[in-house]
Amino acid sequence: MAAEKMALAKAINESLRTALESDPKVLIMGEDVGKLGGVFRVTDGLQKDFGEDRVIDTPLAESGIVGTAIGLALRGYRPVVEIQFDGFVFPAYDQIVTQLAKMHARALGKIKLPVVIRIPYGGGIGAVEHHSESPEALFAHVAGLKVVSPSNAHDAYWMMQQAIQSDDPVIFFEPKRRYWDKAEVNREAIPGPLHRARVVREGSDLTLAAYGPMVKVCLEAAAAAQEEGKSLEVLDLRSMSPMDFDSIQASVEKTRRLVVVHEAPVFLGTGSEIAARITERCFYHLEAPVLRVGGYHAPYPPARLEDEYLPGLDRVLDAVDRSLAF
Amino acid sequence: MTVESTAARKPRRSAGTKRTAAKKPPGSQPDLVQLLTPEGRRVESAEYDAYVADITPEELRGLYRDMVLTRRFDAEATSLQRQGELGLWASLLGQEAAQIGSGRATREDDYVFPTYREHGVAWCRGVDPTNLLGMFRGVNNGGWDPNSNNFHLYTIVIGSQTLHATGYAMGIAKDGADSAVIAYFGDGASSQGDVAEAFTFSAVYNAPVVFFCQNNQWAISEPTERQTRVPLYQRAQGYGFPGVRVDGNDVLACLAVTKWALERARRGEGPTLVEAYTYRMGAHTTSDDPTKYRADEEREAWEVKDPILRMRAYLEESGQADEAFFTELEAESEALGKRVREVVRAMPDPDRFAMFENAYADGHALVDEERAQFAAYQASFADEGEGK
Repeated sequence: MAAEKMALAKAINESLRTALESDPKVLIMGEDVGKLGGVFRVTDGLQKDFGEDRVIDTPLAESGIVGTAIGLALRGYRPVVEIQFDGFVFPAYDQIVTQLAKMHARALGKIKLPVVIRIPYGGGIGAVEHHSESPEALFAHVAGLKVVSPSNAHDAYWMMQQAIQSDDPVIFFEPKRRYWDKAEVNREAIPGPLHRARVVREGSDLTLAAYGPMVKVCLEAAAAAQEEGKSLEVLDLRSMSPMDFDSIQASVEKTRRLVVVHEAPVFLGTGSEIAARITERCFYHLEAPVLRVGGYHAPYPPARLEDEYLPGLDRVLDAVDRSLAF
Repeated sequence: MTVESTAARKPRRSAGTKRTAAKKPPGSQPDLVQLLTPEGRRVESAEYDAYVADITPEELRGLYRDMVLTRRFDAEATSLQRQGELGLWASLLGQEAAQIGSGRATREDDYVFPTYREHGVAWCRGVDPTNLLGMFRGVNNGGWDPNSNNFHLYTIVIGSQTLHATGYAMGIAKDGADSAVIAYFGDGASSQGDVAEAFTFSAVYNAPVVFFCQNNQWAISEPTERQTRVPLYQRAQGYGFPGVRVDGNDVLACLAVTKWALERARRGEGPTLVEAYTYRMGAHTTSDDPTKYRADEEREAWEVKDPILRMRAYLEESGQADEAFFTELEAESEALGKRVREVVRAMPDPDRFAMFENAYADGHALVDEERAQFAAYQASFADEGEGK
């Protein structure tokens, strides 16, 4: 039975289980990941089956979690650590940016840091402050890190496998509001290299580029636009570092218009980098400036306002209309 | 045991004045492990004598030799910085005993996580001293293979490595090995959250790690009183593991206490905090000017506690080293200085493309693209040259 329908959280759980089974050096670490199975149950049942020595409940100290994971990696382990929520990662930011990202280069390549840092990210679940942020650009900006985010259960399963096998540190952003979305997961069909983007809907008039939680919004926008006779291509970027600019370029050379959508603030976000690069690469193909739809340059608002802050169907379609009208 | 010579200081009431008189704070006279007095007299220690009981005269001379050569190397590096051959140097002057004593306590399979000042420990681990100079010259950010000598790269951001050491020790425990880890840090780093977290993690996981704090009294310009209201070794108690203060200028005591702590770790008894009470005789680095923040009298008071002089006095008094030994060592020291000078002066700048190497282990499309752009840019100058 290769294919099975499951929720995105369950797909990550299954992927972690597969990794724990196949490589004795793989460890799971984090706050509440053991008995509780994580606050989102992503690690549910793993400590029961693999023991407290491999699925480790840690003290509540994020820098300590990442710092000790670095030490374990130096000893030959492959730690997969969970940061409980996006807004809680910053106590560990120094260890990630100053140590984890740079240690391989500092050692002139003589040591490797195969550490995966899982971070449930993004809004849309009505949470309190610090539980809805999208800090991916803060990590993608740092040389030495790789940054990915799956948009669906099948990718989540395989991208986690690939992230754990990576000899580079990987920041694995999990779209928390899609944790419960179900999709077919085929354990025998690798969806391609970890850092390759994928066209998830073909179109000819404009390209929507997104990743993680916004892919679903873009697919809905493309379906709505179809009813108005507009053909939108949707690109699931999957990886923010490295970014698959070749795939974006190929799509834009076909559609000649690009709108980038993410929950993170647009200012200096991944969309800004895409706009710059695609302008450099596709200047004569573009019929309109690259537009960005995302969060505002304000702290993430209280939950009752998050629908105004987050890009939704209407804001994406508004940007589509502006691009097409240019 | 008298501990007057390394007494703790009274907390300063004003940050604006230089420290002068050293008084013991009332009610707090920390026990200090000492096996050699500043005059070089061997004193007994019921707890720690056993850890140096079988030491041979040759090994004692070896400790002395290590300290002399380390100091010579350190002085050479300072000179090379003054001559413009190094961009910076962080001298260990005064801390030789703390580093050699603890470094010689480690076993080959133990793992060391240093700060950026552990030149003496590197020496004990067999790292060629000239390898330490690459990062200070600016040709690399760490020029040795950490796994060759189980000596991790120098860590510049203070305290970070205590967590790496703890994680590594957790890994040793998982492997069922009886190796141990030693993490170096200083009095300044003791204020860092990472050090507190390393204490917590190592305690709750019972990790085989020794935290070796060289309290050299100064974190650049800030005295230890700006970091703590209690003697640093006492912090361990709050985390549930033992802390010991040792005379950091006494190489025998540092060796004995570190051996004890490492053996505890090997037996599965968890972490230990060792506070080596010492003094940074020089500047923080070659960029620093200590005359702006500390009194000469303080340095003078520590000069009489010099780790090398006291070991020499002990070796001479006890007849364990003769004049020939000291003469030969002087020649060896000169030869080391000469070799360091020659190697550093011949150290080439890295290839300009080196900055792209090892950014990632598995490669990265953007790095490849930018390397190619940089190569094309460089090549454009070659064309220009040919046209002239």
